[in-house]
Amino acid sequence: MSITEKDVLHVAELARLELTAREKEIYTVQLKRILGYVEKLSELGTDGVRPTTHTVPPRTAYREDRVLPSLPSEEALSNAPSSDRGCFKVPKIIE
Amino acid sequence: MKYEAVIGLEVHAQLLTDSKLFCGCSTKFGAEPNTQVDPICLGLPGVLPVLNRRAVEYAVRMALATSCKVNRQSVFARKNYFYPDLPKGYQISQYTEPLAERGWLDIDLDGERKRIGITRIHMEEDAGKLLHGEGPEDEAFSFVDLNRTGVPLIEIVSEPDMRASDEAQAYLKALRDILVYLEISSGNMEEGSFRCDANVSIRPAGSSKLGTKAELKNMNSFKFVKEAIDYEIARQTDLVESGGKVVQETRLFDSARGVTVSMRSKEEAHDYRYFPEPDLLPLIVEEEMVEEVRSALPELPQAKRERFISEYGIPAYDAGVLTSSKDLAAYYEEVVNETDEPKASSNWIMGELLRLLKEDNRDVKDCPVSPKGLANVMKMVKAGEISGKIAKEVFEEMYRTGKSAGEIVKAKGLTQISGEEELARIVDGIIAANPENVERYKSGKTALFGFFVGEAMKATRGKANPQVINKLLKEKLGG
Repeated sequence: MSITEKDVLHVAELARLELTAREKEIYTVQLKRILGYVEKLSELGTDGVRPTTHTVPPRTAYREDRVLPSLPSEEALSNAPSSDRGCFKVPKIIE
Repeated sequence: MKYEAVIGLEVHAQLLTDSKLFCGCSTKFGAEPNTQVDPICLGLPGVLPVLNRRAVEYAVRMALATSCKVNRQSVFARKNYFYPDLPKGYQISQYTEPLAERGWLDIDLDGERKRIGITRIHMEEDAGKLLHGEGPEDEAFSFVDLNRTGVPLIEIVSEPDMRASDEAQAYLKALRDILVYLEISSGNMEEGSFRCDANVSIRPAGSSKLGTKAELKNMNSFKFVKEAIDYEIARQTDLVESGGKVVQETRLFDSARGVTVSMRSKEEAHDYRYFPEPDLLPLIVEEEMVEEVRSALPELPQAKRERFISEYGIPAYDAGVLTSSKDLAAYYEEVVNETDEPKASSNWIMGELLRLLKEDNRDVKDCPVSPKGLANVMKMVKAGEISGKIAKEVFEEMYRTGKSAGEIVKAKGLTQISGEEELARIVDGIIAANPENVERYKSGKTALFGFFVGEAMKATRGKANPQVINKLLKEKLGG
């Protein structure tokens, strides 16, 4: 599978990234190289091998359903570019 | 050409855990904005989610109650999209490997039973809330409350097995009843803890191919679900019949106008780039947990309904009303236990009890009259101590004051008068006072019998034993 400039633009848009013409070129080349590297794997016969998403033996770590203190609201909002009366304030979302 | 509708539902139910799915923040509804958030649900850097065990148990409960196969291994995945109510930029959900699959649920409609397939049940976290008209107001901005972010949800996806809006509604109600019986969700549609999207398409009747579907959203009551689906079926049918084509899209239900409206948004081209959540290992549900949950499953609404019909011999309608909530069903069974009168108990509960509770908008759990209390009133009627009519007054008084039936009857002197001598005097008095009516009765106007009974009741303020009155009147009027 080969990456085209169109794919790069699509991914950039999904990630809300604005790319210059130069960046577009760079990323197309770089992504092509990365995917080409991974593609090597398809040369191997992997039929019947379950996709490996994690490399440690899975055992689920649970927590008990217990309420712990939350952050004070001022602290929760302290990194927000804009807040107002206890809420995060964002540009109008039109639905 | 005749068309048929094909409907599938996607239902989200909030689980009634105390804390969130991946962190210890409270899930309590109605707190001040952004007071139930911490670095994990806010998506701050350097944090790790840890799964809430009870949420998994609750999800397994629902899976077993709907005959799903619980997968030993399921995988959490990131669903990536941007929206201000989603601080991490992704929602932790399950995608290719859900918690449970391939179940079903039977619905009863007009005396017929239909099986609706359940494709899958998976776990995910809820998003936050954009406040509209319930917080700060400013034309140019939206305000975000993240208290709901990370509250555990299960999504229950049905097969496209429904053919009409009433089937969809029956399925949805059955699903809600089960969730509430299992005590894992409040099932409250208005508060948004139980939400439904509908996939609707049409096809020529008898065809087995699926048509292009529209996804309906924003239906926050059972009534709206039905209205939206009915509107959508009509819209698609008109469209196709006039030569048009249904396009795949999301449509919002506008309840004020009763129509669905296309939601043209940039997110339309869904590309969520799901991938396995690297911060969480696959979820392994051990057989022990499944068996533990299975052995603790309560009797489900449908089974209870059927048992009430067969065990107590009450009509299906009564059984349906009485099993509409687990607490009401338990109340009924306690009353029957005491009185051994299944139908009379049902009449009392469906009539007097539910009327009073409804007037006060009160749950049966908070009913001031205990099942024993109601049973006592019924026993007094049976023993002839009070009349049926008086019993209703006594019951209402018990409900209002919390006093016992015995106290009220004694204090108000409501004991039924059954003594023949005393009643005979009263009947004689009535006959003497109404010579014209006695004449007319004797000349064939037998309908006047009711008049005499009424007079006797009036004279005794409803306390006369009706059987004795009937007997005496018949003797004395010669009827």
